[in-house]
Amino acid sequence: MARLTPEEVRHVAWLARLRLSPDEEQRMTEELNVMLDHFQKLQALDTTGVAPTSHAVPMANRFREDEQRSSLARDEFLDEAPETVDAFFVVPRIVEG
Amino acid sequence: MAELYELSARELRTRIGRGEVSCREVAEAHLRRCEAIDPAVRAFVTLTPEVALAQAERWDVARARGEPLPPLAGVPVALKDNFCTRGIPTTCSSKILARWRPPYDATVTTLIREAGGLILGKTNLDEFAMGSSTENSGLFVTRNPWNLDCVPGGSSGGSAAAVAARMVPLACGSDTGGSIRQPAALCGVVGLKPTYGRVSRYGLVAFASSLDQIGPFARDVADAALLMNVIARHDPLDNTSVPVATPDYLAALTGNIGGVRIGVPREYFAQGVAPEVEGAVRAALDLLARQGAIVEETSTPHAEYALPCYYIIAPAEASSNLARYDGVRYGFRSRHDHDVLSMFETTRAEGFGAEVKRRIMLGTYALSAGYYEAWYGKALQVRTLVKRDLEKAFERYDVLVTPTSPTVAFRIGEKANDPLAMKLSDVCTIPVNMAGTCAISIPCGFHQGLPIGLQIIGKPFDEATVLRVAHTYEQATDWHRQAPALSGDGAAATPGAQE
Repeated sequence: MARLTPEEVRHVAWLARLRLSPDEEQRMTEELNVMLDHFQKLQALDTTGVAPTSHAVPMANRFREDEQRSSLARDEFLDEAPETVDAFFVVPRIVEG
Repeated sequence: MAELYELSARELRTRIGRGEVSCREVAEAHLRRCEAIDPAVRAFVTLTPEVALAQAERWDVARARGEPLPPLAGVPVALKDNFCTRGIPTTCSSKILARWRPPYDATVTTLIREAGGLILGKTNLDEFAMGSSTENSGLFVTRNPWNLDCVPGGSSGGSAAAVAARMVPLACGSDTGGSIRQPAALCGVVGLKPTYGRVSRYGLVAFASSLDQIGPFARDVADAALLMNVIARHDPLDNTSVPVATPDYLAALTGNIGGVRIGVPREYFAQGVAPEVEGAVRAALDLLARQGAIVEETSTPHAEYALPCYYIIAPAEASSNLARYDGVRYGFRSRHDHDVLSMFETTRAEGFGAEVKRRIMLGTYALSAGYYEAWYGKALQVRTLVKRDLEKAFERYDVLVTPTSPTVAFRIGEKANDPLAMKLSDVCTIPVNMAGTCAISIPCGFHQGLPIGLQIIGKPFDEATVLRVAHTYEQATDWHRQAPALSGDGAAATPGAQE
């Protein structure tokens, strides 16, 4: 499998919402390639017809009664936010205007 | 006469019940021990003396009134700092959560409080539990009580070190690929990873949700069983918590393993296991055979694929779980925020450490368009093969015995700059998480003054047999009674220096 390029690393960093410095981008490219090289042995294994396991303990959807329950106090959550106004989280500008 | 901090949880609870010592005296003795020792070990991110003393007061009053005391009344417990504790900082040893105080308790936190456990503090970890040495903590490095120049293992290194250094008799950790068992091995204590679904994950900060599981640390098997009796409960707040009955784990410790079938998968001895570790594990197997177990060599052919498989699946799940740290609802927010997207990017760039970033990148890549089938899809199929190996082995054997860690504790800094070398220290523990089953690490020897761990893997939901085999072995050995030579005043001897 082709090795990761710095451009691909930049794209993945964007998907992950991580800003990398040019130095970090270089180092990350090298480190990820070292790991992926090591993980190549997975590709050599024949898994034709093998079902995937996403959870080790088999369980179907869990249902509960749709009953009203009290939730935790809103103020306690807002107290932990970096910035709030009244009952709202404040974020930087999203749209121009 | 032994100091209070040297006693087991069971012994403390017995003395408290008889009125020989108060909960307050127990709490104070352990807090003094922390003040004396923790400046050298650095196991704790946060000590909570006011919480512990208030809880002690409550149970002392209850005792004075003649009320029945719950099973952990007056017993100090430390929690890894990825367990939500209402009003007490829960950092995950990350700058991004450095000042976060959760508005609720994890279910396990609640169960321990209700059982009378005194929450003494929150312990250091590799940031978001990603690592095997606690060197990836975004706050500081924890040291191994047996040799302060060595790592305690990880990611639950703070909990393992706190128990080994006699600062608490009990602690909890979380285990995603070995994060309870490997530090237990490197610190010479008992660490149990229960079956996935046995202990509620509600309020455990998520790393890799299909693999994470909470479990106990203790200095002997019976104390681990005691804590399991408290935390193993079905919890409707965790949809992956399995509604099965919890046996009495203390009652399971019969001391009899006659006829127990032990499989020894040869692949676990091939993957860079140091000769001194192999020697100690083989000697333990000889002892188990003399105690009546039937020991046979077996094979789990896909063991070598478990590590690469894990390092696709766990980062993939982590990249999704850690998407929530965006500087909006809690935790750190960067000041460089001229619009919302750059605020997300710079908050995460400044808030996460190098290993967390590497894993987010690896996971995002493995899940990204064009690579998903080749990496993530492939890893899920390989997980099936790793799991089947263990299922097949358990058709013939009651437990499997292997080393926990291929080596004893390594020196601080030795593997810090090689992300791959560090990961190899989880090669024996990872398959257990992939299969979702249970395993314990118990002390089985020393090399150059550093502890060696024995791993006993059980069938899903058969922690009772794992604990029984571990306890029976422990009865015939005294590895678990050895204590590191730490002295007070922040200074400590390094027993590893003699060879």
